[in-house]
Parts: sequence; structure tokens; C-alpha cells
Amino acid sequence: MTRITTDTVEQVADLSKLILSDEELAGFQEQLDKIIGYFEVLNSLDTTGVEPLAHPLDLRNVFRQDTVEDSAPREDALANAPDKTDEAYKVPVVIESS
Amino acid sequence: MPELIELSAGDLHRKLMAGDVTARQIVERYLDRIEQIDGRVGAFNTVTAEAALDKAADIDDRLDKGEAVGPLAGVPIALKDNLCTRGVPTTCSSRILEHFVPPYDATVVERLQRADAVLIGKTNLDEFAMGSTTEASAFATTANPWDLSRVPGGSSGGSAAAVAAGLAPLALGSDTGGSIRQPAAFCGVTGLKPTYGRVSRYGLIAYASSLDQIGTFSRDPRDAALLLEVIAGHDPRDSTSAQEPVPDYSAELEKDVAGVKVGLPREYLAEGIAPDVEAAVRAAADTCRGLGAEVIDISLPHTEYAVATYYIIGTAEASSNLARFDGIHYGRRAAGKMDVDELYSRSRSEGLGDEVKRRIMLGTFALSAGYYDAYYLKALKVRRLIKKDFDDALAGVDCILAPVAPTVAYKQGEMIDDPLALYLADIYTSATNLAGLPAIAFNAGTGEGGLPVGVQLMGRPFEESGLLRLAHAFREATDHHLARPNLTED
Amino acid sequence: MQYETVIGLETHAQFHTRSKMFCGCKTDFGAPPNTQTCPVCQGLPGTLPVVNRTAVELGLRAALALRCHIAPVTQFDRKNYFYPDLPKNYQVSQNYHNLGVDGRLEIEVDGQTRKVGIWNVHLEEDAGKLEHPEDTGANYTAIDLNRAGTPLLEIVSAPDMRSADEANAYMNELAAILRHLGISDCKMQEGSLRFEAGISVRAVGGEEFGNRVEVKNLNSMSAVVKAIEHERHRQVAVLESGGTVPSQTMLWDVQREVTEPMRSKEEAKDYRYFPEPDLVPIEISPEWLDQVREQMSELPAVRRKRFIAELDLPPYDAGVIVEQKPIADYFEQTVEQGVEPKTAANWMMGEVMRVLNERQCEIDDLPVSPPMLAELIGLVTDDRISNSVGKTVFSEMCSSGKKAGEIVEEKGLAQISDSGELEAVVKQVLADHPDAVADLESGKQQAKGFLIGQIMRATRGKANPKLAGELIDRLTGD
Repeated sequence: MTRITTDTVEQVADLSKLILSDEELAGFQEQLDKIIGYFEVLNSLDTTGVEPLAHPLDLRNVFRQDTVEDSAPREDALANAPDKTDEAYKVPVVIESS
Repeated sequence: MPELIELSAGDLHRKLMAGDVTARQIVERYLDRIEQIDGRVGAFNTVTAEAALDKAADIDDRLDKGEAVGPLAGVPIALKDNLCTRGVPTTCSSRILEHFVPPYDATVVERLQRADAVLIGKTNLDEFAMGSTTEASAFATTANPWDLSRVPGGSSGGSAAAVAAGLAPLALGSDTGGSIRQPAAFCGVTGLKPTYGRVSRYGLIAYASSLDQIGTFSRDPRDAALLLEVIAGHDPRDSTSAQEPVPDYSAELEKDVAGVKVGLPREYLAEGIAPDVEAAVRAAADTCRGLGAEVIDISLPHTEYAVATYYIIGTAEASSNLARFDGIHYGRRAAGKMDVDELYSRSRSEGLGDEVKRRIMLGTFALSAGYYDAYYLKALKVRRLIKKDFDDALAGVDCILAPVAPTVAYKQGEMIDDPLALYLADIYTSATNLAGLPAIAFNAGTGEGGLPVGVQLMGRPFEESGLLRLAHAFREATDHHLARPNLTED
Repeated sequence: MQYETVIGLETHAQFHTRSKMFCGCKTDFGAPPNTQTCPVCQGLPGTLPVVNRTAVELGLRAALALRCHIAPVTQFDRKNYFYPDLPKNYQVSQNYHNLGVDGRLEIEVDGQTRKVGIWNVHLEEDAGKLEHPEDTGANYTAIDLNRAGTPLLEIVSAPDMRSADEANAYMNELAAILRHLGISDCKMQEGSLRFEAGISVRAVGGEEFGNRVEVKNLNSMSAVVKAIEHERHRQVAVLESGGTVPSQTMLWDVQREVTEPMRSKEEAKDYRYFPEPDLVPIEISPEWLDQVREQMSELPAVRRKRFIAELDLPPYDAGVIVEQKPIADYFEQTVEQGVEPKTAANWMMGEVMRVLNERQCEIDDLPVSPPMLAELIGLVTDDRISNSVGKTVFSEMCSSGKKAGEIVEEKGLAQISDSGELEAVVKQVLADHPDAVADLESGKQQAKGFLIGQIMRATRGKANPKLAGELIDRLTGD
């Protein structure tokens, strides 16, 4: 059985971009361990040869034609931005190079 | 005019068309009632009074000129606050979207506008539709109109409570693992979760894309049919929306139910179900027999795996769907100077609630390297087995009668510290979403504490008509729908 | 010890579609920031993607051209990672059921043919762009989402290349294919073709690959070539000094021409790919594939071979002409007018390309059609005008759009091939340059060239040089 340790929770929180206080970490560790432990009920089931099912409906080949539609006005695009210039979203400096 | 509150959506519309009442009168009456009652119930996040009155005036104006109006003209409708409305805040009851104002309307909202329904407000929900009590809202707790110390269920608790409390004759919700049916059952109203793909998801802020489906709240199945006719149908903006034609659900409603085969799954009446709920289901089976239906015992052998399967798939999709809430392009951004990475983490940690964080982490875990096969992929395989259960069963019966939740509505705070216990209570609803089937929940009696007990009918894909018909016949044959929560206006 | 370099390339090519991968926004390069976006490509909550059918078909062309196995059912997956240019914080891509797998591309280096394996060809969406303001005092990065959602083709090669030359040949051949089949315009300066290189070194004959260094930020083919050379030297030096090369991601510094380790948090990359639940699978029927095949033009390699075998072009000429499909098409249309292929090729590689270069334009922008060029070449080969006049006439045609015959007529440029008419001019030139005549008569042949030059000058290039030479011979009494 997979035990969920605080290390696992920290890794998962990191991937999820969440910061947890020590108290939260302990709380989530206990809950996630319990819940993921419960998930293992599935292991009692033999699924050899069973095809995974990602969609409930058996839809195929849904496309749009390659036609241009109007874009949104820039002020609409930026309306909800927490920080912006007249023409772009602003974020703290992103360093791409070394 | 208290009687306006008692009228069904269909009757309200007919009275409007007959000239007995104006749209303005209807809307003012509902706004007044919201003003009187919602302080106690807390169904609404936003009441769009001004826009509703403008819309009513427009409808009255067109009627005066003899112009055509839509099939829901004058009927107020409340929308779960995870449906995008242009120019109206759409918060998902989350701090991170507290001030988010979408620049576009969801497809269902466009269709409602075209049908001349009057959008009256946005309703509370468990944050991002993750929960079954509406207590996971970042803003307020919604009370169950039947007992204000109890939860309305969730996640569409605000919509269910609004309809139950007479604050709107119609409401829309979304159902990912039971989020329409369970609050409908807890609040004693009719909740319809259509077939996956029946209603466009465009503009529904996603929790779990392969499970989410928009559906209706109403006082009766007839209104559900009316509303479904308006919102159902193919949408080129949603690749997962079905091409299937939309039947005339209202006309289909009147057909006879004699000879209908109703399956009663033994796994749904096993250990864990409260006696009052089981009694209501068995009584409902008797009523069906009385209506000329044939009730047959059936088996859905993989039922016990549904909750685990649902939570693995649902949280996996959620972990990705909710990654976009990062404080960069929209939504709440953490204050202060920091680098981008910290900005993500701080904005998300401050803006998202515990239940959402829990599910994001569960889903991230289920998809992460080393666990993908054992959890996510395994769950997809079990999902196929669960769907096959239904395919097999529904080859022999027309629909399946089942409980909605193991108990009546919980006390507020009762389940707050035990997430797993709350998850396990999705046992009767989550399999339907995994299989993508339609289901309708409705009031089938009274249980512990005089609270409503709901039952549900599940059916074959795109056979909402049959479910509505049987639910309608059930209502005609019983008087459960006559009970009302005791909410006096000030 | 002898080392060999092992190179694999990941290529990203923007599809030449009108609209984006999942929405109807334009894909034009260079639009003002954030003016080609909509709720879908902004990644607003509630929005959903719908696949651009043309992008899938162009992807199929590429997969077929690269001789991949085509998936009977393909699907999109989500690649999850946080980055400010990625508004959903996941990229819709393909991982589990790629459009095409196990293909190959043949390249030629130093006359040798090599096969480079293609691991897979898949579809995805491009990210937006981060702009760092020029103003050095600015303490922010700006995000432009115009590019977000642009359809991308990713081609992942096997680590089958062993030198920068091979990588260069691979990139050029790939670009030729993508251009030829109308898949991508491959404008590196606009970022529509981008590369990442996986580079390692090992002892020649070694079985195991060395640790792989992934180099990003390669914005031109020459950058790829330089980065490979740089990495080869760097890695060999590390090994020679007894060290080990760590597996890592490096960035190419264009100015300094060195690779630098990427400064990022040392977190294990875990993209958590899973099937994109907002999209449905794509089934590729044999009938659909046949349709796509019918729409495909001839591959560059096939065309080159045909030009060599059927039109008798030298391999070098075939290579130059086939590099760009519009040039090759134009050439073929010119040949169809009856022009001798090698002559047509000379014109294409000479005057036509010179004008295109000078004007920085595409061949389709020239007002000179292949029949018009054929007419001009005809005038030259029929000795109606001289070769040098032909060049002048071509320039004039490119400016005015007039036909060669018209220009020759208007400006009186027809070659003087009438010996009577030319004889008077020759006599006059001989009389004017007695010294040169004397030189010629004393056997100095270069004096003849001088005299022909003078004759050309006197006739403003219209004299038939061959006839002029004959007349000189006759009149100097040889």
C-alpha cells in the first residue's frame, strides 16, 4: 500500500504551485493518506485487457474549419488582468537566460 | 401577489402571455422575495436586479408592440456562479475569482437570453463545484430552506436552495458527481442532470471536463422539460457536445408510462443507506408499479468502485483545469514583490480554499510520474467496467430507480472535518457521471426531521424524455410536491 | 581517444494556417501585442478548444512525407507546467497517441545518403511571447498572447546524426519538405521554424550514449550548427579531463556563441500528461489519408531526382532550384514553355534569384510570369538579343511588368545580326582604332576582344558578338 508521507505531499504541493504551512502540511498528509489509501480499493479489481475509458461519449473527429473569426478587443482581453500596461499583461521579471 | 411565487415557470410564462401579469411584476415580486428571504438562506452571490428589471421592461415593451418573445419570456432564472456571464461577476465562490468579470456569455446563458428568460442572479456553490454541502464556498454558507441549521447539499446548493425557497422558479447548476441531484434531493426540488454532451459546457468553468454537465433545477419535471428544451443541443464551440436532435420534452412528458421497465439496483439498497431513504426508494418503486411500470431487481456489480474511480478521474482533470488560476492573466494576485514562481504559489495558496487544494493535490498525485498507471489509468479502466454495468442493465430495463444520497441533509459543520466520509456519500450519484448518463432527482417523501428525501431515475444516453415522463407521472400520482419549507417573509 | 557527436533534433514548425489551432484568431506575425486573441486562446475559464481540421491535415502531410506510421486513432494530451506565456498552464499537445511515429528522413552529406530516424510527429499549440522591455529600468516582463494557440508541428528525430553537417542537411531537407508541402513557411526570423538539439559525445564505436545536453534558444540553422560544434568541444574537453558531462538543459547565447546552463529551480520535470478531456479522439481512416495524399505535391527529394534524370540538370542545380517550392514550380513552368532546362536553370539561379534577393521578395510577387520569362529566354537563344541585353530586359520586365518583345521593340534593343548593317559599324571601329588593328594583325588575340567591346559599345550592346567577330576577321584581312 502506498503511504503518503509529508515528503510526497510537499512534492505534490510544489507541482501544484501551492505553499503549505507546517500545520496544513500535517493536515493534508493525514487526509491524503487516508483518501489515497481508500483509492486502493481499485486494486482488488482485475482490469487485465480492459480498455481505458476517458470519455463517456463515443465521439470522434470533431473539427472546425480553418476560418478566421474576429479577435477580442485588447481592452477586453486585458480587462481582468491584475497588472498590465496599455498593451500587455505584466508579470515580475522572468529570467530565461542565465 | 404571493401566488406568483407558487406558480411554475410554465404557468408564469402563460400568465404573462395572457396579459394577466407583466414581466416587471414577476421580476419585482421575485426580487422582493429575495430581499426578504435570502438574508436567511444565502442562496445568491450576486443579485442582478437592475439587469433583470431592464430585461423585464424589454419583454413588456415587445409584448405591448405585439412582437414575438421567447419560450421563457418573463421567467426569472438563477445561475450557478460557475457559469460565465458577460459583464456579471462569475466567482465560482472562490477568492481567486472574486472580481472576475467574464467578457463572454456561456452558451447556456446565450440560449436563455434568446429564450427571454430573466437572469436574476448568480448562486452560491462549493468553491469550483468541489463539495457536497456548499460549505466550501469562500464567501458564505447557504442554508437549507427546510431547516436553516442544515446544509442545502452541493455543490449547486445555492441554486437548489433558491428554487426550494421560492427565490427563483428555475435555476441552472452543474453536476460532476452528483452536484445537481444531491442538493435537489436535500432541498426537495427537481434536479435534472442531462446526458454528457446534451448541453454545451462552453462557459461552464470546468471542474472535471469529462464528467461536468450543466443541468436544471425546477419545482417539477414539467419545468425541467421546458428549460432543457431551451438549453440542450449541439454547440460548435464544445467538441464534446452531441449532435443528437433535441426532442420536444414537454410533449413527450404526457405519454403513458404503463409497461415501462424500472430497474432497482440491489447494490444501491445495501449497507450504508439510512432507513428513511431506503423506505422512500421502496415506496417510490411501489408508486411506479401502481402507474403500470414493471419494477425489476437488477445488479450494478461495480458500484462499490465508483467513488474511488470518480475521485481519481475528477481530481486529475481538476488539477489541470485549475492550473490556470495563477494570478497572472486574470483573478486575484498575491500582493508584494516576488518572482513569478512565488507569485504563482502565493496567489494560489491565498486564493484557493482547502477542499480545492486537497483535490488539486490528489489529482496531481494521481497523474504524477510513478503513480499514473496505478491510479489514473487504473481508474479509466474501472470507468469502462462501470459504464458496462449500466449498458448491460439498461439493455433489460428502461430506467433505474435509486437513492440520491444515503441520508437526508446534514447539519451544518457535521461533515466538515472528514473529507473522506463526505466523498463516500457520493456513492449513488458519481457512477452516473462516469458513465455519462442522464438522471433526474425529485422529492419522494419526508424523512428524519421532516426533511425531504429524494430519489433518482437514471436512463440511457439521450433518453431524458423517458425520465421526465416517469418523474412527471410520479408527481401526478403523489402529493410530496405540495410540501413547502416554512419561510415567512418579514 | 576519438570521439563522435550524437545529435537528435526537435523541430517546431508553425503551420501555415489562417487561424489558430483551437480558435478562429488570426496567426499573422508582427501584429500589435494582444490584438489576435480571444477568450479561448487567452485561456479564460469556461472556454473550450475545437480542433482546426486543416492543421491536422497538414500534420498528416508531414507524417506521410517523413514516412511515419500514421496512428489509426490519434488524440490530444495535456502537458502540465506553469509558465507565464502559457495561459492555461498546460499545453495541449500529444504524447500517448502521436499523429505519426517511426518515420525517417533521408539526407545527403558529401555525396553519401544517410537515414535519420523520426521518432514521432505530433500536433500542439504554441505559447505566447514574453517581452522584456527595452527600458533597462523596467522591472517587469510583458506577456503578448498573440502567438498563443498557433498550431505547431513538432518533429522529434532519433539521435541519428553524427556531425553538425548532418544536422545542417537534416534541417535544410526538413524545411524544404515543410515548404514544399505547404505545411509551414519556415521563416526562422519570424520564429515559425525552431529547433532544440540533444547533443552528447562518446568514444567512436561506443555502444552507450553519453549524457545528453539539451540546447534551447536556437533561432537559426547556423545557431544549431555552432551550438553543436561548441558542445562537442566542451563535452570532449570535460571527458578528456576525466570529468563527466551532466545531463542538463542549456541555452544558446547568440551574442557570445556559447551554451549556458539554464538557471531554473532544480525540480524534476513531471508534465503529468493525460488525455485532453475537452477534445475527442481523431480517427484517421484510409480514405481520409488517401485524400490527404492526393493533395500532396511531389517531395523535394523526388523532384530533385526527376530534374536530374528527366531534365538532365546537374545535381547542384537541381538542389538549388528545389530548395524552395515556388522557385521549382516557376522553373518547371518555364521549361514547359519549351525552354531548354539547363538554360532555364541558369536564368533561375542567375538573374531571377538576383532580382529576388535584391528586392527581398518572393517569386510570386514578380510581375514576370513563366511564359514571359520563356519568351525572353527565347529571344536570347534565337540571337534576337544578346545575353547582356537579355539581363537588362529582365530587370525592366520586373519593374514594368511589360513583355520582353515589347521592351525590345520600344527601346530598339534587337541584336544587329544583319552583316550589311553591322559591317558599317565594324569598319568605323577599325578605322578609329588602328593600334588595336595592328596588334591583332601581329597576332595579339586580346585585341580582338577589345574591338568587339568597342563594337558593342557603338551599338549599345545590340551587335551579335559572333557576327562582329567574323566581320573583324574578314575586314582585317586574315
